[in-house]
Parts: sequence; structure tokens; C-alpha cells
Amino acid sequence: MGLALGASGLLAQKSPYADYQRMTAENAPVELYEIQGEEAWKKRAGPKNVSLEQCDLGQGPGVLKGAYAGLPRYFADADRVMDLEARLLHCMTTLQGRSREEATKRVFGNADLASEMEVLSAYIARQSNGMPLKPGTSHPKEKAAYALGQKLFYHRAGPWDFSCTSCHGEEGKRIRMSELPPLAKPEYARPVMATWPAYRVSTSSFVTLQWRMNDCYRQMRMPEPNFGSEVPAALLTFLTVNAAGETYRGPAIKR
Amino acid sequence: MLAGAGVVAAGLLAPLHALAATWNKEAFGAKSAADALKGIGAADSAPSQDIVIEAPEIAENGAVVPIEITSNVPGTRSLAVVVEKNPFPLVAKFDFQEGALPYVKVNVKMGETSDVRVVADAGGKHYSASKNIKITIGGCGG
Amino acid sequence: MAGPMKMRATSQGGVTEIRVLMTHPMETGQRKDPEGKLVPVHFIQNVTVKLNGKTVVDGQISQAVSRNPVFTFRVKGGAKGDKVEVSWVDNHGDTNQTEAAVA
Repeated sequence: MGLALGASGLLAQKSPYADYQRMTAENAPVELYEIQGEEAWKKRAGPKNVSLEQCDLGQGPGVLKGAYAGLPRYFADADRVMDLEARLLHCMTTLQGRSREEATKRVFGNADLASEMEVLSAYIARQSNGMPLKPGTSHPKEKAAYALGQKLFYHRAGPWDFSCTSCHGEEGKRIRMSELPPLAKPEYARPVMATWPAYRVSTSSFVTLQWRMNDCYRQMRMPEPNFGSEVPAALLTFLTVNAAGETYRGPAIKR
Repeated sequence: MLAGAGVVAAGLLAPLHALAATWNKEAFGAKSAADALKGIGAADSAPSQDIVIEAPEIAENGAVVPIEITSNVPGTRSLAVVVEKNPFPLVAKFDFQEGALPYVKVNVKMGETSDVRVVADAGGKHYSASKNIKITIGGCGG
Repeated sequence: MAGPMKMRATSQGGVTEIRVLMTHPMETGQRKDPEGKLVPVHFIQNVTVKLNGKTVVDGQISQAVSRNPVFTFRVKGGAKGDKVEVSWVDNHGDTNQTEAAVA
């Protein structure tokens, strides 16, 4: 399975938690979510009563191998850059004919029941395990998404005047015992983006990058972005491009 | 045997398969490591270097502490895990038969930094080893 | 009613390794819900592993095993195609089981 390092590859080498992170990664309940995800992928739903199996995640309809590692990217049929969850929502509404309202009714689950998006993310991410992260960078909209993500990363707002850099702007920062990697730097972005989505031990739940973006905004006391919208797609483009080339080793396990 | 009476090393013991689906309420309800060990008949255990505990020295989150235990004591037929500082120290007891190796990997909860003791039963004699695991509290994010 | 359970048994070098993942809250009875009420104890008490119908591991566990337990066991022998079965019983009397062929 390889080393699934935690928040920062460099720090983890000196980190007293390296053994803990390695052993928990080897003993994580992640597969439970992957199995559920496979079922969700193959389940017929919506007015059109079809499964998601013909959804094109960027490698062709229904091709899952390497799909996660190739996101976010531009999709011509939607004429925008999409991360995994935005793309899944697109397939749910177009392929299956479901309403956005219904498909996003419960996008984040809990310890008792994971959400459809979470289990699908686990299943699909697994199919990219071992492959290099290769988000789209050549299309003009992909470049624009990167630029927007970068701008958002540094943009201060909200009642506390926070930006992502308030926590993720400098080396050597931590909140209690969790390292805060400066994500604009590739050496720090790489081990992070290589290990999402993940099983989160502290909440016994499976969490995705949309959830992480939402939660960061919540923690900054700013309104949470609309699910699958331009803001998380741009931020995820920024982060994933910063991590490009890193071998994907998720779905992982986190504190 | 499960009534908590001391186990006589040379005495007759109930065949292990007769214990299927019973749960040692007394031992699991014990609030001290000493009482928990008594409850599984292991009050007197000899330290042994043939019991191997692989676990992180320091864990970020006490809710999931992975431990991997194995006994090289010949004839080991059960392994018990006791987390000394937990409110109820006895965490698990595994009985092995029909070729099962005295080995298990499991995630346990630890309330605080504590010694984790593993007790092996080999032919009615008990052996143990322990490892200290530090628990810290994680922050937000991640 | 019980959440998904998955098990994989692989044989190498004369030893069969069995890895099983269970869905279970493993409530200690000490956790409070969002309203501040204590969530009652609810945990797996017994785990049984069988190889070709014979019990090989009898486990008694407490609420101090982590939520969504993951176990690995090893059995001497076991050939490809042999049947492994893992089952559990919790303190409510609920049960779940899964089986797989040794790969």
C-alpha cells in the first residue's frame, strides 16, 4: 500500500506520528466505503432510471481507472472546470435526470451513514491509487480556475479577516497537534492532495475534498460554498496543480 | 472457569470451544488492570520477551490506536489485551484453536497515555509483556 | 440492518491471513449526543472466525475496540478456495456475518 503520510510529507519524516499514520493507514476501515461506493455507482436512480456507469469522469464514459487522478479538469459538455464531486453531480442531473435539489440533499454524511457522494468518492478514488496526480492545466478555463483558486487562497474576508493562508500560509504552524502545511508550496501540497478523500478517525466518518473546502470556510466564519460550484472547483484546481506529479495513495485515513 | 475462580496451572481447563459466544462480564467490567487480569485467570503472569507488541509510541488520536500482537511462547492458545489506564482495562481476549496462530491486529481506544499489556495463556500458564503508548489530542482540520 | 462487513482471506507461505472490516458504532456509553444526552453502550462482544466450518478464533471484545473495527487474524494452513466465515454478536443480540473463499 505504500506510505500514506499525513499532513506533510517532509514534516512526517521527522514527525513523531509517522508510525501512527502508517499503522492506521494499514488498518483503516476505508474499504467499507469503497464497497458501498461501487454499489452506488451501479445503482439505477432518477427519472431516467439509469446507473452512473456511463458517467464520463474525464477518461471516457465509465472509465474509472485514473479518473480521480486527472481531476479537476475542463469538461466541454458543461463548459467548465469540475472536480470529482461537481462532476458526479453533473452526471446525476444529466444522466440520471435527478434534480440538483434531490442529489445534493445530503452530500455530507456522518458516522452512522455515509453520503452517496462520499462512498462514490471512495470507490472512484481507489481506482487512481498508485497513479500520478495530473489535473488539467492546458485549457484556458483550467488556467483561469487555477488563477481564481490562487486568488481565493490569499483573499482575506469574513469577520476574522481570514484567508486560507491564515492557517496554511507558513511553515511550522500547527493547531494543537495537527500540522498546518503551507499549501501553496508543492512540497507541502503533494502529500495532502495524495491522501484525500479519507476516513476521519475523530468523527468516524468518510470525508471528501468538497467537505474539507466547506469546513475551512466554516472555520473561517465565512459562508460555505455551494456544493460543486466554481469556488471549490477553483481552489481544488489550485491545490491539485500544486501537487501535480505526486503519486496518489488514497483513499486514506486521517486523524 | 469464567466465574473468576483462579486458574490452576496444572488443573483441568474447559475446552476452549465451549467458550464460544460467552462474554466474560466480570473481567470486562473490572475497573482496575489487576482485577481484569484476575477475571481472566491471569493474576500471576511472568514477563516474557516472546510476546511482541507492535504499536506506535505516540498516537495522535486515542480513538484509534492500532496494535499488532503476536506470541512466540510455544503453545499459546489465547491473547488478552489490557489497557491499564482505561476505565475498563480489559479490551479483548482471543482464543485460538485448530491451527489459528496467536496473532491479531486490532484498533483500540485509549483514554490517555498508558501501558498496554498483552497476556498470553500457554497451557494454562500466563506470560505478559507491555508497551507504553502516548496519546495526544489532535487539532481541527485534516 | 447491520452495516456492511467485508473480509478478505489470502494464503501465502502456508499461512492464511484474514482481514475483516466491520461497521459498528462501538459506543462506550460515555459519549454525549448533540443534545448532551449519553449515548448508551452498544458494541460487539463476540467475534468468531471459522475455517471450513471449524472455529479457529473466538474473540471476546469490549467497547474499547475502535468504532468500525478492523481485525487481522492468521491461521496455519488454509488452501485456496477454503471457506472462511467471520461473524459477530453485539450486546443487543444483533449479529452479522460474512464469508469468503481463501484467495
